[in-house]
Amino acid sequence: MTEEPRPYTLIAELTYRCPLRCVYCSNPLDYTRHDAELDTATWQRVFREAEELGVVQLNLTGGEPLVRDDLEALVTAARELDLYTNLITSGIPLSRARLERVRDLGLDNVQISIQDVRAAESDRIAGHRAFDRKLEVAGWVKALGLPLTLNVVLHRDNLDHVVDVIALAERLGADRLELANTQYLGWALLNRAALLPTREQLERARVVAAEARQRLRGRMEVLFVVPDYYRDVPPACMDGWGRRFLLVSPGGLALPCHAAHTLAGLTFDNVKDRPLAEIWKHSDGFNAFRGEGWMPEPCRSCDRRVVDFGGCRCQAFQLTGRAHATDPVCGLSPDHQLIEAARAAVTAPTTVAFRYRAPTATAPHTLG
Amino acid sequence: MISSSTRPRLASKARLRFDRKSTRYMLLYPEKGLVLNPTSADILKLCTGEHTVAAIVQQLAEKYSKDALEVEPEVVAFLRTIADRGLLQDVP
Repeated sequence: MTEEPRPYTLIAELTYRCPLRCVYCSNPLDYTRHDAELDTATWQRVFREAEELGVVQLNLTGGEPLVRDDLEALVTAARELDLYTNLITSGIPLSRARLERVRDLGLDNVQISIQDVRAAESDRIAGHRAFDRKLEVAGWVKALGLPLTLNVVLHRDNLDHVVDVIALAERLGADRLELANTQYLGWALLNRAALLPTREQLERARVVAAEARQRLRGRMEVLFVVPDYYRDVPPACMDGWGRRFLLVSPGGLALPCHAAHTLAGLTFDNVKDRPLAEIWKHSDGFNAFRGEGWMPEPCRSCDRRVVDFGGCRCQAFQLTGRAHATDPVCGLSPDHQLIEAARAAVTAPTTVAFRYRAPTATAPHTLG
Repeated sequence: MISSSTRPRLASKARLRFDRKSTRYMLLYPEKGLVLNPTSADILKLCTGEHTVAAIVQQLAEKYSKDALEVEPEVVAFLRTIADRGLLQDVP
């Protein structure tokens, strides 16, 4: 028996523009070659249609959502629909007055990312001088009585700083700390040789995080997400394709995840052309990897097929060129040697140069 | 932190929302949500910082025609699980 898919969370990627250029950015590599951004009214309609489908959580993200000058109108619309609204931001560019305004309009949570615990290291990853300002913004979030999630993407150069990251999160009064290891897709795959940590680094950080989770229980939620590359079996990417998450790209493509539109051979519909419910239920893209009919062996006869749904489609495609392949992270995958080879190639300390996306926040504001 | 004299209030990051699809209340917080059974929802609706745990127990007992002594351990145990998730704060 399969339960009817219901989107609980809408990830609204309001823009691909961002003043930062993080070397593991989750935007597609060709982010500059996409349609003009949806206008305010279309986003508001998308929120309405998403709520009717069952969405209760809204992530306003990007790129950098703050570069949209209609953020206030979008938060207002979300609040009218009683959506739990989370602003996922670098904190740049933001004034305290604007933050106070979106708080008053009903924003529920602010998630700020930092790249490391010191300005030089953090700004090197972000490709932008941002660290000191981020800490200032995090301070405003708490001072204005908003809940704060601190997000830190982990990799070889900052995994050994997790103790300091936790101390910083405590000092900032974060309500939730996401210690999320880089997953090697898109920009992160391009920079994998510079980012992938050793197993020992990862294990030490995991122990530190587990201790902090116990100690801070009830005060700060501490989350530690290991990189797929050091798992024996893949996790359920996005809780399964088109099961609980719905993402809309800046140009209006409705997608099961951040990178689904990079999969060759799939077509996705635009919210400008079809109602969201129709896309969610009936579009070829959303139905491509639902259920088990698409699965190859070893997934098809594996007990874990109902747990991990075959793993990450984007990872399978980006590593093997076949979107239907078993996620190579799985030890049973015929392509698993691709992961083993990447792990074997890890050498510390890093000597590999990063590849950055171009700065985009200064690009002209193209709406609808 | 949960005792009969504490006045629990939902943490600022947590919000109750009625869900039309499941006809249940949900407790929403960053990236997550708990679907609540009717009793749990009744308890959390009273977590406004005004009522002591003892008063919440009393109201629940009356609503469900049960003995307060019987209800109390269940209410306290439930509130502790919610507090452990960082979703309750104690108003002195």
